[in-house]
Amino acid sequence: MLLRDIAHLRTGDKGDVSQISVIAFSTEDYALLESEVTVERLLDHLPNISVRHAHRYELPNLGALNFVLEGALTGGVTRSLALDAHGKSLGAQLLDLPVGDAQNLSVMDKAV
Amino acid sequence: MTNVAKQPLRIGAGAGYSGDRIEPAAELAEKGELDFLIFECLAERTIALAQAARQSDPEAGYDPLLEKRMCAVLPAARANGIRIVTNMGAANPLSAARKTLAIAREMGFDGIKIAAVIGDDVLDLINAEDWPLTDREGSSADLGKAILSANAYLGARGIVEALDGGADIVITGRVGDPALFLGPLIHHFQWPEDDWNTLGRGTMIGHMLECAGQLTGGYFADPGIKDVPDLARLGFPIAEVSQDGSAIFSKVEGSGGLLSIATCKEQLLYEILDPSCYLQADVAADFTTARFKELGPNRIAVSGGHGTERPQHIKVSIGYKDGFIGEGQISYAGPGAVARGELAIAIIRERLDLIDLPLRELRCELIGMDATNRTGKADTSALREVRVRVAGRTDTLEDARAIGAEVEALYTNGPLGGGGAISLAREVIAVASTLIPREAVKTSIHYEVA
Repeated sequence: MLLRDIAHLRTGDKGDVSQISVIAFSTEDYALLESEVTVERLLDHLPNISVRHAHRYELPNLGALNFVLEGALTGGVTRSLALDAHGKSLGAQLLDLPVGDAQNLSVMDKAV
Repeated sequence: MTNVAKQPLRIGAGAGYSGDRIEPAAELAEKGELDFLIFECLAERTIALAQAARQSDPEAGYDPLLEKRMCAVLPAARANGIRIVTNMGAANPLSAARKTLAIAREMGFDGIKIAAVIGDDVLDLINAEDWPLTDREGSSADLGKAILSANAYLGARGIVEALDGGADIVITGRVGDPALFLGPLIHHFQWPEDDWNTLGRGTMIGHMLECAGQLTGGYFADPGIKDVPDLARLGFPIAEVSQDGSAIFSKVEGSGGLLSIATCKEQLLYEILDPSCYLQADVAADFTTARFKELGPNRIAVSGGHGTERPQHIKVSIGYKDGFIGEGQISYAGPGAVARGELAIAIIRERLDLIDLPLRELRCELIGMDATNRTGKADTSALREVRVRVAGRTDTLEDARAIGAEVEALYTNGPLGGGGAISLAREVIAVASTLIPREAVKTSIHYEVA
Protein backbone atom coordinates (compact mmCIF):
# COMPACT_ATOMS: atom_id res chain seq x y z
CA MET A 1 0.00 0.00 0.00
CA LEU A 2 1.16 3.52 -0.75
CA LEU A 3 0.49 6.71 1.18
CA ARG A 4 -1.81 7.98 -1.60
CA ASP A 5 -4.14 5.01 -0.97
CA ILE A 6 -5.00 6.19 2.53
CA ALA A 7 -4.12 9.87 2.70
CA HIS A 8 -4.10 13.15 0.82
CA LEU A 9 -1.75 16.05 1.33
CA ARG A 10 -1.10 19.71 0.62
CA THR A 11 2.13 21.69 0.59
CA GLY A 12 2.56 25.28 1.71
CA ASP A 13 5.45 27.66 2.30
CA LYS A 14 6.30 30.40 4.75
CA GLY A 15 9.63 32.10 4.14
CA ASP A 16 12.29 29.38 4.10
CA VAL A 17 9.92 26.83 5.67
CA SER A 18 8.12 24.15 3.70
CA GLN A 19 4.99 22.78 5.32
CA ILE A 20 3.29 19.55 4.30
CA SER A 21 0.00 18.34 5.74
CA VAL A 22 -0.79 14.63 5.44
CA ILE A 23 -4.46 13.82 6.05
CA ALA A 24 -6.14 10.41 6.31
CA PHE A 25 -9.09 9.93 3.96
CA SER A 26 -10.68 7.90 6.73
CA THR A 27 -9.90 8.76 10.35
CA GLU A 28 -9.52 5.01 11.04
CA ASP A 29 -6.22 5.17 9.15
CA TYR A 30 -4.83 7.98 11.28
CA ALA A 31 -3.09 5.56 13.64
CA LEU A 32 -1.22 4.07 10.69
CA LEU A 33 -0.13 7.54 9.55
CA GLU A 34 1.00 8.39 13.04
CA SER A 35 3.07 5.25 13.42
CA GLU A 36 4.57 5.11 9.93
CA VAL A 37 4.76 8.59 8.43
CA THR A 38 7.53 9.87 10.65
CA VAL A 39 9.92 12.77 10.14
CA GLU A 40 12.68 10.23 9.59
CA ARG A 41 10.83 8.37 6.85
CA LEU A 42 9.80 11.61 5.16
CA LEU A 43 13.40 12.82 5.01
CA ASP A 44 14.57 9.37 3.81
CA HIS A 45 12.06 9.58 0.98
CA LEU A 46 13.22 13.09 -0.02
CA PRO A 47 17.01 12.79 0.37
CA ASN A 48 17.71 15.73 -1.96
CA ILE A 49 16.33 18.46 0.26
CA SER A 50 18.42 19.96 2.98
CA VAL A 51 16.49 20.71 6.15
CA ARG A 52 17.80 22.62 9.14
CA HIS A 53 15.11 21.32 11.47
CA ALA A 54 12.03 19.17 10.95
CA HIS A 55 9.01 18.84 13.22
CA ARG A 56 5.79 16.83 13.03
CA TYR A 57 2.59 18.19 14.60
CA GLU A 58 -0.12 15.62 15.31
CA LEU A 59 -3.83 16.42 14.90
CA PRO A 60 -5.75 13.26 15.86
CA ASN A 61 -9.04 15.22 15.84
CA LEU A 62 -8.63 15.91 12.15
CA GLY A 63 -6.83 12.65 11.32
CA ALA A 64 -3.89 14.72 10.12
CA LEU A 65 -0.18 15.27 10.52
CA ASN A 66 1.56 18.56 9.80
CA PHE A 67 5.24 18.53 8.85
CA VAL A 68 7.25 21.70 9.20
CA LEU A 69 10.58 21.60 7.37
CA GLU A 70 12.76 24.58 8.28
CA GLY A 71 15.36 25.65 5.76
CA ALA A 72 13.92 23.40 3.04
CA LEU A 73 13.39 26.15 0.46
CA THR A 74 17.00 27.26 -0.21
CA GLY A 75 16.40 30.75 1.14
CA GLY A 76 12.66 30.99 0.58
CA VAL A 77 10.46 31.93 -2.33
CA THR A 78 11.73 35.48 -2.66
CA ARG A 79 15.39 34.58 -3.19
CA SER A 80 15.71 30.88 -4.02
CA LEU A 81 17.35 29.82 -7.29
CA ALA A 82 15.09 26.75 -7.46
CA LEU A 83 12.67 26.20 -10.35
CA ASP A 84 9.88 25.64 -7.81
CA ALA A 85 10.91 28.24 -5.27
CA HIS A 86 7.70 27.72 -3.24
CA GLY A 87 8.43 23.99 -3.00
CA LYS A 88 4.80 23.37 -3.94
CA SER A 89 5.77 20.16 -5.75
CA LEU A 90 7.48 18.68 -2.67
CA GLY A 91 4.57 17.06 -0.84
CA ALA A 92 3.24 15.19 -3.86
CA GLN A 93 6.52 13.27 -3.96
CA LEU A 94 5.48 11.57 -0.73
CA LEU A 95 2.42 9.99 -2.34
CA ASP A 96 4.31 6.79 -3.18
CA LEU A 97 5.73 6.36 0.30
CA PRO A 98 5.05 2.70 1.20
CA VAL A 99 2.78 2.26 4.22
CA GLY A 100 1.13 -0.68 5.97
CA ASP A 101 1.92 -4.09 4.46
CA ALA A 102 4.01 -2.66 1.64
CA GLN A 103 6.17 -0.86 4.19
CA ASN A 104 6.71 -4.12 6.10
CA LEU A 105 7.54 -5.90 2.84
CA SER A 106 10.06 -3.31 1.79
CA VAL A 107 11.71 -3.54 5.21
CA MET A 108 11.86 -7.33 4.75
CA ASP A 109 13.34 -6.90 1.26
CA LYS A 110 16.08 -4.81 2.72
CA ALA A 111 16.73 -7.45 5.41
CA VAL A 112 17.12 -10.13 2.71
CA MET B 1 -31.96 45.20 26.29
CA THR B 2 -32.25 41.62 25.10
CA ASN B 3 -29.23 40.06 23.53
CA VAL B 4 -30.65 38.80 20.22
CA ALA B 5 -28.18 37.02 17.97
CA LYS B 6 -27.51 38.90 14.74
CA GLN B 7 -28.30 37.42 11.35
CA PRO B 8 -25.50 35.29 9.86
CA LEU B 9 -23.06 37.18 7.64
CA ARG B 10 -22.29 35.94 4.13
CA ILE B 11 -18.73 36.57 3.00
CA GLY B 12 -17.24 35.61 -0.36
CA ALA B 13 -13.56 35.27 -1.28
CA GLY B 14 -13.00 37.03 -4.60
CA ALA B 15 -9.26 36.51 -5.04
CA GLY B 16 -6.55 34.35 -3.53
CA TYR B 17 -3.59 36.22 -5.02
CA SER B 18 -2.96 39.32 -7.11
CA GLY B 19 -3.21 37.64 -10.49
CA ASP B 20 -6.22 35.47 -9.68
CA ARG B 21 -9.14 34.88 -12.06
CA ILE B 22 -11.72 37.68 -12.09
CA GLU B 23 -14.86 35.88 -13.38
CA PRO B 24 -15.40 33.87 -10.17
CA ALA B 25 -15.49 37.15 -8.21
CA ALA B 26 -18.07 38.61 -10.61
CA GLU B 27 -20.07 35.37 -10.26
CA LEU B 28 -19.98 35.74 -6.46
CA ALA B 29 -21.11 39.36 -6.63
CA GLU B 30 -23.96 38.47 -8.96
CA LYS B 31 -25.19 35.18 -7.52
CA GLY B 32 -23.55 34.67 -4.11
CA GLU B 33 -26.14 36.61 -2.08
CA LEU B 34 -23.21 38.15 -0.27
CA ASP B 35 -22.91 40.81 2.39
CA PHE B 36 -19.15 41.14 1.83
CA LEU B 37 -16.76 40.38 -0.99
CA ILE B 38 -13.08 40.15 -0.02
CA PHE B 39 -10.06 40.34 -2.32
CA GLU B 40 -6.75 39.06 -0.91
CA CYS B 41 -4.09 40.13 -3.38
CA LEU B 42 -0.87 40.70 -1.47
CA ALA B 43 1.87 38.06 -1.44
CA GLU B 44 4.98 38.29 0.73
CA ARG B 45 7.11 40.38 -1.58
CA THR B 46 4.37 42.06 -3.66
CA ILE B 47 4.43 45.08 -1.39
CA ALA B 48 8.18 45.56 -1.82
CA LEU B 49 7.77 45.50 -5.60
CA ALA B 50 4.86 47.92 -5.25
CA GLN B 51 6.99 50.21 -3.08
CA ALA B 52 9.65 50.24 -5.79
CA ALA B 53 6.94 51.23 -8.32
CA ARG B 54 5.78 54.01 -6.01
CA GLN B 55 9.30 55.42 -5.79
CA SER B 56 9.28 56.10 -9.52
CA ASP B 57 5.63 57.29 -9.56
CA PRO B 58 4.03 58.67 -6.37
CA GLU B 59 0.54 57.71 -7.60
CA ALA B 60 1.57 54.09 -8.29
CA GLY B 61 2.15 51.23 -5.86
CA TYR B 62 -1.28 49.64 -5.70
CA ASP B 63 -2.48 46.41 -7.30
CA PRO B 64 -2.23 46.50 -11.11
CA LEU B 65 -5.59 44.67 -11.44
CA LEU B 66 -7.47 47.08 -9.13
CA GLU B 67 -9.32 48.79 -11.97
CA LYS B 68 -10.20 45.56 -13.77
CA ARG B 69 -11.51 43.95 -10.57
CA MET B 70 -13.54 46.95 -9.46
CA CYS B 71 -15.09 47.36 -12.91
CA ALA B 72 -16.01 43.66 -12.95
CA VAL B 73 -17.74 43.58 -9.56
CA LEU B 74 -18.97 47.11 -8.79
CA PRO B 75 -22.25 46.97 -10.75
CA ALA B 76 -23.42 43.77 -9.03
CA ALA B 77 -21.97 44.83 -5.68
CA ARG B 78 -23.86 48.10 -5.89
CA ALA B 79 -27.11 46.43 -7.00
CA ASN B 80 -26.91 43.78 -4.28
CA GLY B 81 -25.63 45.94 -1.42
CA ILE B 82 -22.30 44.12 -1.11
CA ARG B 83 -19.44 45.84 0.69
CA ILE B 84 -15.88 45.19 -0.43
CA VAL B 85 -12.69 44.75 1.63
CA THR B 86 -9.32 44.33 -0.05
CA ASN B 87 -5.59 44.71 0.45
CA MET B 88 -5.19 45.86 -3.17
CA GLY B 89 -3.84 49.13 -1.74
CA ALA B 90 -0.46 47.37 -1.47
CA ALA B 91 2.15 50.13 -0.99
CA ASN B 92 -0.31 52.96 -1.67
CA PRO B 93 -3.84 52.49 -0.22
CA LEU B 94 -4.58 56.24 -0.52
CA SER B 95 -3.88 56.29 -4.21
CA ALA B 96 -5.88 53.05 -4.65
CA ALA B 97 -8.84 54.68 -2.86
CA ARG B 98 -8.66 57.73 -5.14
CA LYS B 99 -8.47 55.49 -8.19
CA THR B 100 -11.49 53.50 -6.99
CA LEU B 101 -13.34 56.77 -6.43
CA ALA B 102 -12.66 57.78 -10.02
CA ILE B 103 -13.86 54.38 -11.27
CA ALA B 104 -17.05 54.59 -9.20
CA ARG B 105 -17.80 58.08 -10.50
CA GLU B 106 -17.15 57.03 -14.08
CA MET B 107 -19.60 54.15 -13.64
CA GLY B 108 -22.15 56.55 -12.19
CA PHE B 109 -22.18 55.16 -8.66
CA ASP B 110 -22.55 58.37 -6.69
CA GLY B 111 -22.38 58.26 -2.93
CA ILE B 112 -20.05 55.26 -2.58
CA LYS B 113 -17.89 55.71 0.49
CA ILE B 114 -14.34 54.44 0.14
CA ALA B 115 -11.92 54.08 3.05
CA ALA B 116 -8.15 53.68 2.96
CA VAL B 117 -6.55 52.09 6.02
CA ILE B 118 -3.17 53.68 6.64
CA GLY B 119 -0.44 52.75 9.09
CA ASP B 120 1.15 49.48 7.99
CA ASP B 121 4.13 51.31 6.47
CA VAL B 122 6.74 51.28 9.27
CA LEU B 123 9.81 51.91 7.12
CA ASP B 124 10.86 54.98 9.13
CA LEU B 125 10.65 53.04 12.39
CA ILE B 126 12.66 50.12 11.01
CA ASN B 127 15.30 52.47 9.59
CA ALA B 128 15.52 54.45 12.84
CA GLU B 129 16.57 51.50 14.99
CA ASP B 130 18.23 48.11 14.67
CA TRP B 131 15.80 45.19 14.80
CA PRO B 132 16.78 41.52 15.17
CA LEU B 133 15.50 39.39 12.28
CA THR B 134 13.24 36.52 13.25
CA ASP B 135 13.63 34.26 10.22
CA ARG B 136 17.44 34.13 10.16
CA GLU B 137 20.59 35.30 11.92
CA GLY B 138 21.34 39.02 11.96
CA SER B 139 19.45 42.26 12.22
CA SER B 140 17.79 44.86 10.02
CA ALA B 141 20.97 46.97 10.06
CA ASP B 142 22.76 44.19 8.13
CA LEU B 143 20.41 44.86 5.22
CA GLY B 144 21.37 48.55 5.37
CA LYS B 145 20.62 50.67 2.33
CA ALA B 146 19.18 47.70 0.45
CA ILE B 147 15.93 48.02 2.45
CA LEU B 148 13.02 49.11 0.21
CA SER B 149 10.00 48.64 2.40
CA ALA B 150 8.86 47.61 5.86
CA ASN B 151 5.22 46.80 6.48
CA ALA B 152 3.52 45.62 9.65
CA TYR B 153 0.87 42.91 9.49
CA LEU B 154 -2.02 44.96 10.87
CA GLY B 155 -4.96 43.32 12.57
CA ALA B 156 -8.66 43.82 11.84
CA ARG B 157 -9.07 47.00 13.89
CA GLY B 158 -8.62 49.54 11.07
CA ILE B 159 -11.04 47.64 8.84
CA VAL B 160 -13.63 47.51 11.65
CA GLU B 161 -13.29 51.25 12.22
CA ALA B 162 -13.72 51.97 8.49
CA LEU B 163 -16.82 49.73 8.31
CA ASP B 164 -18.24 51.28 11.49
CA GLY B 165 -17.64 54.62 9.74
CA GLY B 166 -19.93 53.52 6.91
CA ALA B 167 -17.38 52.60 4.23
CA ASP B 168 -18.74 50.59 1.29
CA ILE B 169 -15.24 49.74 0.12
CA VAL B 170 -12.24 49.35 2.44
CA ILE B 171 -8.77 49.35 0.90
CA THR B 172 -5.74 48.39 2.96
CA GLY B 173 -2.05 47.80 2.50
CA ARG B 174 -0.48 45.02 4.54
CA VAL B 175 -2.83 43.40 7.02
CA GLY B 176 -2.83 39.79 8.17
CA ASP B 177 -4.75 37.97 5.42
CA PRO B 178 -7.40 36.53 7.78
CA ALA B 179 -8.00 40.03 9.19
CA LEU B 180 -9.60 41.02 5.86
CA PHE B 181 -12.38 38.56 6.77
CA LEU B 182 -12.27 39.01 10.54
CA GLY B 183 -12.85 42.79 10.16
CA PRO B 184 -16.36 42.47 8.67
CA LEU B 185 -17.20 39.77 11.25
CA ILE B 186 -16.18 41.94 14.21
CA HIS B 187 -18.03 44.91 12.68
CA HIS B 188 -21.22 42.90 12.14
CA PHE B 189 -21.34 40.81 15.30
CA GLN B 190 -19.60 43.36 17.53
CA TRP B 191 -17.34 40.67 18.93
CA PRO B 192 -15.39 42.04 21.91
CA GLU B 193 -11.70 42.49 21.15
CA ASP B 194 -10.74 40.10 23.96
CA ASP B 195 -13.19 37.31 23.13
CA TRP B 196 -10.24 35.15 22.10
CA ASN B 197 -12.17 31.98 21.31
CA THR B 198 -14.57 33.71 18.94
CA LEU B 199 -11.79 35.75 17.34
CA GLY B 200 -9.87 32.48 16.95
CA ARG B 201 -12.81 30.94 15.09
CA GLY B 202 -13.24 34.03 12.91
CA THR B 203 -9.53 33.94 12.11
CA MET B 204 -9.81 30.26 11.22
CA ILE B 205 -12.64 31.01 8.78
CA GLY B 206 -10.67 33.90 7.30
CA HIS B 207 -7.61 31.72 6.92
CA MET B 208 -9.62 29.07 5.07
CA LEU B 209 -11.10 31.66 2.69
CA GLU B 210 -8.03 33.74 1.99
CA CYS B 211 -6.75 31.57 -0.89
CA ALA B 212 -10.19 31.62 -2.55
CA GLY B 213 -10.30 28.67 -4.99
CA GLN B 214 -7.98 26.55 -2.85
CA LEU B 215 -10.97 25.84 -0.59
CA THR B 216 -13.27 24.84 -3.43
CA GLY B 217 -11.15 22.32 -5.31
CA GLY B 218 -8.15 24.29 -6.58
CA TYR B 219 -4.70 22.80 -5.79
CA PHE B 220 -6.45 19.48 -5.02
CA ALA B 221 -7.12 17.39 -8.13
CA ASP B 222 -5.19 14.15 -8.65
CA PRO B 223 -6.91 12.38 -11.57
CA GLY B 224 -8.40 9.01 -10.73
CA ILE B 225 -7.82 9.54 -7.01
CA LYS B 226 -9.07 13.01 -6.19
CA ASP B 227 -11.15 14.19 -9.13
CA VAL B 228 -12.53 17.72 -9.24
CA PRO B 229 -15.20 18.67 -11.79
CA ASP B 230 -14.97 21.69 -14.06
CA LEU B 231 -11.79 23.36 -12.75
CA ALA B 232 -11.86 25.78 -15.69
CA ARG B 233 -14.96 27.28 -14.10
CA LEU B 234 -13.87 26.92 -10.48
CA GLY B 235 -16.29 28.68 -8.14
CA PHE B 236 -14.84 30.67 -5.23
CA PRO B 237 -16.01 30.03 -1.65
CA ILE B 238 -18.68 31.64 0.45
CA ALA B 239 -18.87 31.44 4.25
CA GLU B 240 -22.14 32.01 6.04
CA VAL B 241 -20.87 32.89 9.50
CA SER B 242 -22.96 32.80 12.68
CA GLN B 243 -22.65 34.92 15.79
CA ASP B 244 -20.70 32.19 17.64
CA GLY B 245 -18.06 31.99 14.90
CA SER B 246 -19.24 28.74 13.37
CA ALA B 247 -19.87 28.78 9.61
CA ILE B 248 -21.21 26.99 6.58
CA PHE B 249 -18.99 26.97 3.51
CA SER B 250 -20.58 26.80 0.06
CA LYS B 251 -20.11 28.06 -3.47
CA VAL B 252 -22.40 29.36 -6.20
CA GLU B 253 -24.74 26.67 -7.51
CA GLY B 254 -23.58 25.41 -10.90
CA SER B 255 -20.01 26.71 -10.58
CA GLY B 256 -17.09 24.31 -11.03
CA GLY B 257 -14.92 22.80 -8.35
CA LEU B 258 -15.45 20.72 -5.25
CA LEU B 259 -16.02 21.70 -1.65
CA SER B 260 -15.61 18.71 0.65
CA ILE B 261 -14.31 17.85 4.09
CA ALA B 262 -11.04 16.87 2.39
CA THR B 263 -10.63 20.25 0.64
CA CYS B 264 -11.48 21.97 3.93
CA LYS B 265 -8.91 20.04 5.95
CA GLU B 266 -6.20 20.68 3.38
CA GLN B 267 -6.88 24.39 3.38
CA LEU B 268 -7.20 24.56 7.19
CA LEU B 269 -3.59 23.38 7.48
CA TYR B 270 -2.24 25.23 4.43
CA GLU B 271 0.85 27.29 5.33
CA ILE B 272 0.30 26.61 9.02
CA LEU B 273 3.27 25.90 11.26
CA ASP B 274 1.99 25.10 14.78
CA PRO B 275 -1.76 24.47 14.27
CA SER B 276 -2.46 25.18 17.94
CA CYS B 277 -0.90 28.63 17.76
CA TYR B 278 -1.52 30.55 14.55
CA LEU B 279 -0.24 34.00 15.46
CA GLN B 280 -2.08 37.02 14.14
CA ALA B 281 -2.21 40.61 15.38
CA ASP B 282 -5.76 40.03 16.71
CA VAL B 283 -5.46 36.63 18.37
CA ALA B 284 -3.42 33.44 18.66
CA ALA B 285 -5.78 30.99 16.94
CA ASP B 286 -5.94 27.27 17.67
CA PHE B 287 -7.17 25.14 14.76
CA THR B 288 -6.68 21.73 16.39
CA THR B 289 -10.27 21.55 17.65
CA ALA B 290 -11.90 22.38 14.30
CA ARG B 291 -14.76 20.07 13.26
CA PHE B 292 -16.26 19.63 9.80
CA LYS B 293 -19.60 18.17 8.80
CA GLU B 294 -20.94 17.59 5.31
CA LEU B 295 -24.44 19.07 5.04
CA GLY B 296 -24.86 18.26 1.36
CA PRO B 297 -22.96 18.45 -1.91
CA ASN B 298 -20.50 21.35 -1.77
CA ARG B 299 -21.86 22.42 1.60
CA ILE B 300 -19.64 21.98 4.67
CA ALA B 301 -20.24 23.17 8.22
CA VAL B 302 -17.22 24.18 10.32
CA SER B 303 -17.30 24.59 14.08
CA GLY B 304 -14.84 24.39 16.93
CA GLY B 305 -11.54 26.21 16.92
CA HIS B 306 -10.26 28.32 19.77
CA GLY B 307 -8.06 31.26 20.54
CA THR B 308 -5.83 32.73 23.19
CA GLU B 309 -4.65 36.24 23.91
CA ARG B 310 -3.11 38.15 21.02
CA PRO B 311 0.68 38.55 20.93
CA GLN B 312 2.29 41.74 22.23
CA HIS B 313 4.45 42.06 19.13
CA ILE B 314 3.42 42.13 15.51
CA LYS B 315 5.25 40.86 12.48
CA VAL B 316 6.94 43.21 10.05
CA SER B 317 7.96 42.17 6.58
CA ILE B 318 11.08 43.95 5.30
CA GLY B 319 11.61 44.06 1.55
CA TYR B 320 15.20 44.55 0.39
CA LYS B 321 17.29 44.37 -2.75
CA ASP B 322 19.27 41.17 -2.86
CA GLY B 323 21.27 41.18 -6.07
CA PHE B 324 20.21 39.63 -9.34
CA ILE B 325 19.30 36.21 -10.70
CA GLY B 326 20.27 35.15 -14.22
CA GLU B 327 18.88 32.03 -15.78
CA GLY B 328 19.13 30.05 -19.01
CA GLN B 329 17.31 26.95 -20.26
CA ILE B 330 17.75 24.66 -23.28
CA SER B 331 16.13 21.33 -24.21
CA TYR B 332 17.51 18.01 -25.47
CA ALA B 333 15.45 15.09 -26.80
CA GLY B 334 15.80 11.57 -28.16
CA PRO B 335 18.06 8.74 -27.02
CA GLY B 336 20.98 10.08 -25.00
CA ALA B 337 19.04 13.22 -24.05
CA VAL B 338 20.15 12.96 -20.42
CA ALA B 339 23.83 12.51 -21.33
CA ARG B 340 23.69 15.52 -23.66
CA GLY B 341 21.96 17.58 -20.98
CA GLU B 342 24.66 16.61 -18.49
CA LEU B 343 27.36 17.50 -21.01
CA ALA B 344 25.69 20.88 -21.54
CA ILE B 345 25.80 21.55 -17.78
CA ALA B 346 29.48 20.55 -17.59
CA ILE B 347 30.27 22.94 -20.45
CA ILE B 348 28.37 25.80 -18.77
CA ARG B 349 30.19 25.28 -15.48
CA GLU B 350 33.54 25.40 -17.26
CA ARG B 351 32.53 28.45 -19.31
CA LEU B 352 31.43 30.40 -16.24
CA ASP B 353 34.85 29.64 -14.73
CA LEU B 354 36.68 30.61 -17.91
CA ILE B 355 34.96 33.97 -18.23
CA ASP B 356 35.50 34.42 -14.48
CA LEU B 357 31.89 35.44 -13.85
CA PRO B 358 31.48 36.63 -10.23
CA LEU B 359 28.76 34.30 -8.90
CA ARG B 360 27.38 34.22 -5.37
CA GLU B 361 25.54 30.96 -5.99
CA LEU B 362 24.92 28.63 -8.93
CA ARG B 363 22.35 25.93 -9.52
CA CYS B 364 22.36 23.54 -12.51
CA GLU B 365 19.68 20.91 -13.07
CA LEU B 366 17.78 18.90 -15.67
CA ILE B 367 14.06 19.67 -15.82
CA GLY B 368 12.31 16.32 -16.17
CA MET B 369 14.85 14.63 -13.95
CA ASP B 370 15.99 16.53 -10.87
CA ALA B 371 14.76 20.14 -11.03
CA THR B 372 11.81 19.61 -8.71
CA ASN B 373 12.22 15.89 -7.98
CA ARG B 374 13.87 15.53 -4.56
CA THR B 375 13.62 11.76 -4.22
CA GLY B 376 16.90 11.08 -6.00
CA LYS B 377 15.04 8.52 -8.11
CA ALA B 378 14.73 8.78 -11.89
CA ASP B 379 14.84 6.23 -14.70
CA THR B 380 17.29 8.18 -16.85
CA SER B 381 17.38 5.63 -19.70
CA ALA B 382 13.62 6.02 -20.26
CA LEU B 383 13.69 9.82 -20.50
CA ARG B 384 13.13 11.04 -24.06
CA GLU B 385 13.62 14.69 -23.22
CA VAL B 386 15.21 16.90 -20.59
CA ARG B 387 15.61 20.62 -20.23
CA VAL B 388 18.84 22.10 -18.90
CA ARG B 389 18.29 24.85 -16.37
CA VAL B 390 21.11 27.01 -15.05
CA ALA B 391 20.39 29.74 -12.48
CA GLY B 392 22.91 31.94 -10.69
CA ARG B 393 22.97 34.82 -8.24
CA THR B 394 25.06 37.85 -9.13
CA ASP B 395 25.70 41.38 -7.92
CA THR B 396 24.91 43.08 -11.23
CA LEU B 397 22.30 42.76 -13.95
CA GLU B 398 25.05 42.50 -16.55
CA ASP B 399 26.57 39.46 -14.83
CA ALA B 400 23.10 37.90 -14.50
CA ARG B 401 22.55 38.28 -18.25
CA ALA B 402 25.84 36.53 -18.95
CA ILE B 403 24.45 33.28 -17.52
CA GLY B 404 21.59 33.07 -20.00
CA ALA B 405 23.90 34.16 -22.81
CA GLU B 406 26.22 31.23 -22.09
CA VAL B 407 23.26 28.82 -22.22
CA GLU B 408 22.06 30.31 -25.52
CA ALA B 409 25.55 29.90 -26.96
CA LEU B 410 25.06 26.14 -26.61
CA TYR B 411 22.91 26.31 -29.76
CA THR B 412 26.04 26.52 -31.91
CA ASN B 413 28.77 25.58 -29.45
CA GLY B 414 27.19 22.81 -27.38
CA PRO B 415 25.96 19.22 -27.72
CA LEU B 416 23.82 17.77 -30.52
CA GLY B 417 20.24 18.96 -30.82
CA GLY B 418 19.89 21.74 -28.24
CA GLY B 419 16.62 23.62 -28.80
CA GLY B 420 14.25 26.15 -27.34
CA ALA B 421 16.82 28.18 -25.40
CA ILE B 422 15.61 31.03 -23.24
CA SER B 423 17.49 33.58 -21.20
CA LEU B 424 16.18 35.58 -18.23
CA ALA B 425 17.63 38.09 -15.79
CA ARG B 426 15.90 39.93 -12.97
CA GLU B 427 16.56 41.95 -9.85
CA VAL B 428 15.80 40.08 -6.62
CA ILE B 429 13.57 41.74 -4.06
CA ALA B 430 13.80 39.50 -1.02
CA VAL B 431 11.90 39.57 2.25
CA ALA B 432 13.06 39.31 5.85
CA SER B 433 10.95 39.42 9.01
CA THR B 434 11.16 41.13 12.37
CA LEU B 435 8.81 41.92 15.27
CA ILE B 436 7.82 45.30 16.68
CA PRO B 437 5.76 46.19 19.76
CA ARG B 438 2.11 46.57 18.82
CA GLU B 439 1.92 50.07 20.35
CA ALA B 440 4.46 51.23 17.77
CA VAL B 441 1.86 50.95 15.00
CA LYS B 442 -0.66 53.74 14.58
CA THR B 443 -3.57 53.12 12.24
CA SER B 444 -5.70 55.82 10.66
CA ILE B 445 -8.59 55.89 8.20
CA HIS B 446 -8.94 58.19 5.25
CA TYR B 447 -12.33 58.48 3.49
CA GLU B 448 -13.29 59.43 -0.07
CA VAL B 449 -16.92 59.78 -1.14
CA ALA B 450 -18.02 59.53 -4.78
